[in-house]
Amino acid sequence: MKKTIFWGSIIAVILIIFPFIYYSNFMINYLTQILIMALFAVSLNLLVGYTGMISFGHAAYFGIGAYSVGILLQKYSSNLLGSLFLAVVFSAIAALVIGFFCIRLGRIYFAMLSLAFAQIIYTIVIKWTGMTGGDQGLIGGIPKPPISLLGLSFSIGTPLNFYIFTVILVIASFVICKFIVDSPFGAILKTIRDNFLRTYFIGIPVKIYQLVIFVIAGTFAGLSGALMALFISGAYPDFTYWTKSADPIFMILVGGMGSLLGPILGAAILNLLTAYITMYTHLYELVMGTVLVIFILSLKKGLADYLLESERFKRWSSSLAKKKPSRIGLATE
Amino acid sequence: MELMKLIDCFSSLSCLTTQITSALILGMILFLVASGLSLIFGVLGVLNFAHGALYMLGAYFTYTLLTLLGNFGVTAILAAIGVGVFGVVFERIFIKRIYSSPLLYQLLLCYAFILVLDDLVKIVWGYEFKSIGLPAAFRRPPVKLFGSFVPSYYLFIIIVGVVVAIALWLFLSRTKYGKIIRATAHSSEMVSALGINVPMVYAAVFGIGSLLAGLGGVLAGPVRSIYPGMGASIIIESFIVVVIGGLGSIPGAFLGAILIGLMRSFGIIGFPLIEESFTFILMAIVLIIRPRGLFGKEEA
Repeated sequence: MKKTIFWGSIIAVILIIFPFIYYSNFMINYLTQILIMALFAVSLNLLVGYTGMISFGHAAYFGIGAYSVGILLQKYSSNLLGSLFLAVVFSAIAALVIGFFCIRLGRIYFAMLSLAFAQIIYTIVIKWTGMTGGDQGLIGGIPKPPISLLGLSFSIGTPLNFYIFTVILVIASFVICKFIVDSPFGAILKTIRDNFLRTYFIGIPVKIYQLVIFVIAGTFAGLSGALMALFISGAYPDFTYWTKSADPIFMILVGGMGSLLGPILGAAILNLLTAYITMYTHLYELVMGTVLVIFILSLKKGLADYLLESERFKRWSSSLAKKKPSRIGLATE
Repeated sequence: MELMKLIDCFSSLSCLTTQITSALILGMILFLVASGLSLIFGVLGVLNFAHGALYMLGAYFTYTLLTLLGNFGVTAILAAIGVGVFGVVFERIFIKRIYSSPLLYQLLLCYAFILVLDDLVKIVWGYEFKSIGLPAAFRRPPVKLFGSFVPSYYLFIIIVGVVVAIALWLFLSRTKYGKIIRATAHSSEMVSALGINVPMVYAAVFGIGSLLAGLGGVLAGPVRSIYPGMGASIIIESFIVVVIGGLGSIPGAFLGAILIGLMRSFGIIGFPLIEESFTFILMAIVLIIRPRGLFGKEEA
């Protein structure tokens, strides 16, 4: 646990120092976006990779987080942290209600229901024009009042400051996710994934565990959505549409679902790919779908899983472990 | 007050007729898509997320064939069969590779094909909404029924839906091929041991399921607008239908589809703003009271 915090802070410090060594607006915005999307993917991977719950409607919580923080800051509040917190709470509540229904049946039903419930969130966003702006989305910019904490004031108005703010929140979330998957609670999640029935037979209330992790995943998705809304200063119906749910699925499939590193890698790849694909064609989904098909039919494993499960890596990490008896923070499961 | 309108409607025979007819046409189209989905799941054990895309293909095939041929009857048959053939090819090339894969990969492959097919449709037919308009044979004065006027095409949809439902039920329960399909759903190994070509059965079932979805698209073509991504909304409604009716059950799909149709068509009068949430409320009630669905077997 201490190791995780240690490595988490090291990574955070490196990421924060980086722009002071080499600064470009493009690079900062790009990294910010990757971090936010990586959090979205990691939150979904808590369900798909660790618990074996295949959710096709994760965009719902992303969207709720985004719209909540946007609406709160535009209309009701000038407290940024408070609004962000409330937005995350709203996502968690939505995940609790929707999760309650989705987990009642087997895994196939879970997949269908998660998608169906996400679609109702999309419909609400489109129809509740007075609040959400309907088709147009939440336009006109989201104000970003400075954060005052312990007498200090910090503005996230500039790209650099927003980047630092994102690094802190996202890396903290990764550390929490790492705690969760390494804890006894996380061990039970993996047991549920590997054998649902046996877990049930040894007296573990499987449904409650599933609901809890569903809410946790929804919470982090909400945080990433809220950060995204602040980042692009708006929220759009697309955020809750099913194609948005496909994004994190793509990231964890390509990056690998066996570790926390996989989805992060996947987020970086997807962002690069998106930048290139949209340069040449607007048929973005065709390319993404094709890459997915290739991965499913041929590789069957994400890139990070290949790396982490390769013999050479295992030798390297065990030799490292011999030198100092530690685990390598985020990289190992 | 909208609620009063709903009460007024219940006391007027003509309003009831109009609403029930529109409930039934929605129900029949939903049934065609949901029954294919249910059939494929029941036999192959694969939840075809891309089923909505097949419905979309049915509508687009109708659009193109109708401009080429001009005859709606021939077009309808060819378009539905076309989607069926597409389904068989799709199964033989892609789906057959994932029968033994983990559930995640099965679902994802179908999911990936929604993305691919939506964009392929954009390439071939363009981004804009298309509309077919009523076929020439149905451009006649509406039929007078219980004091209400019902377009003849609506009656046609309802008749086709009911005929298909009965035919499908007879085919599955009374014919030799239906027996083979049911046996395969029960134990494909045993069927294979009896010398029946199980991969053929799988391809055929996927083809029939696709054909049903395609037929749904054909019938919906003239009354709904056609656009890339039209499959996404129908697949979600079909999911709700099979959750209510029970996954794998054809009678369940029929009843579920009609229930959803009724919810929608009466909901839009009484509660126009939240009409779509009614189907979800119905689903939530079923999930709480009878999680396996009205006709579902124990534990799917």
